[in-house]
Amino acid sequence: MKTRRFLPLLPMITLLAMIGPVLAGLYGAVLPAFGHLPAAGLFGPSLAPFEALFAWQGLPRAMFLSVWIGLASTTISLLIVALIMAGWSGTRSFTVLERMLSPLLSVPHAAAAFGFAFLISPSGWISRALSPSVTGWDRPPDLLIVQDPWGLSMIAGLVIKEVPFLMLIALAAIGQVDTKRSAMIVQALGYRRLTGWLKTVFPLVYAQIKLPIYVVLVYAMSVVDVAVILGPNTPSTLSVQIVKLMSDPDLGMRLQAAAGALVQLFLVIGALGFWLIMERVVRRFGLAWIGTGQRGKYDTITRQIGLVLALFCAFSVSFGIASLAIWSFAGYWGFPDFLPDQFILKNWMRHSDGTLEALGETVLIGSVATLTALALTIGCLEAEYRYKLRVTSRGMLLLYLPLLVPQTAFLPGLQTLMLNVGLDVGRGPVIFAHLVFVLPYVFLSLADPFRAWDARMGTIAAALRASPDRVLWSVRLPMLLRPILTAAAVGLAVSVGQYLPTLLIGGGRIETLTTEAVALASGGDRRAIGVYGLMQTAAALVPFSLALLIPAIVWRNRRGLRHG
Amino acid sequence: MDKGLELHDVVISKGGAPLLAISKSVASGEVLTVMGPSGVGKSTLLAYITGTLAPDFEAAGRIVLDGHDITDAPPHARRVGILFQDDLLFPHLSVGANLAFGLRVGGTKFERQQKIAKALDEVGLSGFADRDPATLSGGQKARVALMRMLLSEPCALLLDEPFSRLDAALRAQVRELVFARAKARALPVILVTHDAEDAAAAGGEIVTLVPI
Repeated sequence: MKTRRFLPLLPMITLLAMIGPVLAGLYGAVLPAFGHLPAAGLFGPSLAPFEALFAWQGLPRAMFLSVWIGLASTTISLLIVALIMAGWSGTRSFTVLERMLSPLLSVPHAAAAFGFAFLISPSGWISRALSPSVTGWDRPPDLLIVQDPWGLSMIAGLVIKEVPFLMLIALAAIGQVDTKRSAMIVQALGYRRLTGWLKTVFPLVYAQIKLPIYVVLVYAMSVVDVAVILGPNTPSTLSVQIVKLMSDPDLGMRLQAAAGALVQLFLVIGALGFWLIMERVVRRFGLAWIGTGQRGKYDTITRQIGLVLALFCAFSVSFGIASLAIWSFAGYWGFPDFLPDQFILKNWMRHSDGTLEALGETVLIGSVATLTALALTIGCLEAEYRYKLRVTSRGMLLLYLPLLVPQTAFLPGLQTLMLNVGLDVGRGPVIFAHLVFVLPYVFLSLADPFRAWDARMGTIAAALRASPDRVLWSVRLPMLLRPILTAAAVGLAVSVGQYLPTLLIGGGRIETLTTEAVALASGGDRRAIGVYGLMQTAAALVPFSLALLIPAIVWRNRRGLRHG
Repeated sequence: MDKGLELHDVVISKGGAPLLAISKSVASGEVLTVMGPSGVGKSTLLAYITGTLAPDFEAAGRIVLDGHDITDAPPHARRVGILFQDDLLFPHLSVGANLAFGLRVGGTKFERQQKIAKALDEVGLSGFADRDPATLSGGQKARVALMRMLLSEPCALLLDEPFSRLDAALRAQVRELVFARAKARALPVILVTHDAEDAAAAGGEIVTLVPI
């Protein structure tokens, strides 16, 4: 009976856990942005913080970089995904590509960015492979490849990570669209594969994956860790500047940071608005293109380009991780040599205390956040099932809200707010902050399998006189073991990858693998970066392997659950 | 106290438009066969009786089982058993554990195992307790599903086209088994089907639902 009173409240509690910190953080940014910060003895309102921010010469460039990097990386990622799915879905190459890309999804952004930097830098693996035979270099050339002023390496670093993400989202969406038959019909009408797909299936798929695309756009515009590793620094992006201001010992600088957070928020809103307008423009051109009845003259070459780009993404991430691994074991490694002179364990031993401590912190924060998210998610879904609630599209939008507000817009405000009301920063608040981002992903990952469960199983179990609680615990959850573990792995991967919430809400005192790795970015100790980056990747990948392995072992004698 | 299942002036509607109306009683050991074209709401009627009607339907009328009004009781407290056209054995449990799930609480572990073994004997599946249900044939699954339901000691049995997935030879055999077991336990049975042979084999009263 206790659950009966508690369960209906869970959707509200879940919503509060996700939206509460976001709203509080935005509110916490508004006051200091207008000069009100009692904790520092400052009372507003005044426009001084904005004046100080606008006085910074780098601001226009920093704002431009945010918008440019966000729009460019999102557009390119979407194009690659569209080309590869249009040109290859249903083929054997596509299956291979899918298998290559899906594990890359869980590689943390920071680790992927470090790996990418290790590939493309003047002394990186690509340059080593071509030197001196092709390039003639016997010393690393003096080129600014990583952290280039136009943010090109950062755009590329984001694209290689967003392509697997968007592709998996699109693959999930395509299950809801009848693609096979429409592909047959358009090919019978004489259309080539790629053109036919773009003209018939793409519009349907796009409508389904809109929200995740907006999430990618917002993320790319405001990400901090990737920008620190690959992004320009003269000036840096607006988000990086906000974090710099936040970590200034002078509390007064937080006023400027808060003003920057609001500017960041409006930039993102503006960019989203621009994207919505572009959707209409593209739609109009697309309709005109469909009207021409062209069957696809350039299909063959376009397909090849799509494949090459997708392979570029897959190889960049995987070879990047490989180069992290090699650096972590590298002894002396002179420039044009393709591999180090010797492989040693010294780097790992030197960092063993630090990495183990950071690993412990990472696992602790990730497990608590993920278990909480799982409990809330299952509670919400079960409440929806028992009380026959309907989820509206507006409810779905709320689920995406924490992912659509840039982290740099609300986390500084959240930290300042906690400071004002006298709450200490530390591990507990960090877990709550992680929960804001873990919850939506856990929910999105588990909702479909949970709802797809055959409700007649529940009817049968109830007819066998099992109470609703018994149905949940003894029938539904065991049957859903695999998707539940997958959702947990997704949650852990999201938590492991969090940089800004750990840094800001932890007050710089909570050290996870991600904060430690990113902190190494400016130092240039490649061996240390290799060790931490590899540990970070492992922390995200191991749960996924367990999510595959555990159901296979537990249900080894249950054929009915093997392909569930 | 009257034994049997009674439907008093049951009317089910969707969006304000009435879908079906029925007022019948089924005595212990008898079978009421409900026929009608697909979409007429045969399965909806059964969902109303089990208490699992989807929220987009509205229903009026009372359901009385062995003299108790169960219209407002939660599904697990109604003591109404049901079999679907799919066996719906729990895929994560062995055959024996599926039966144990159905078996009423009580008795020692040994007694419970005995009851399960006896139930398996009764349908010619001795020694199947440790098997994975996914490895059983269609007819074997149907028999396990029947015994699982009977072990929960329901006071009425609903059959939602339970034979339609079985091939002709098996179909007659399973049908006979289900009716015999239900009769042996003096259960009132409602059979929903679109198959005339099923209806004839049931041997009871036949009502044909027509769209209203």
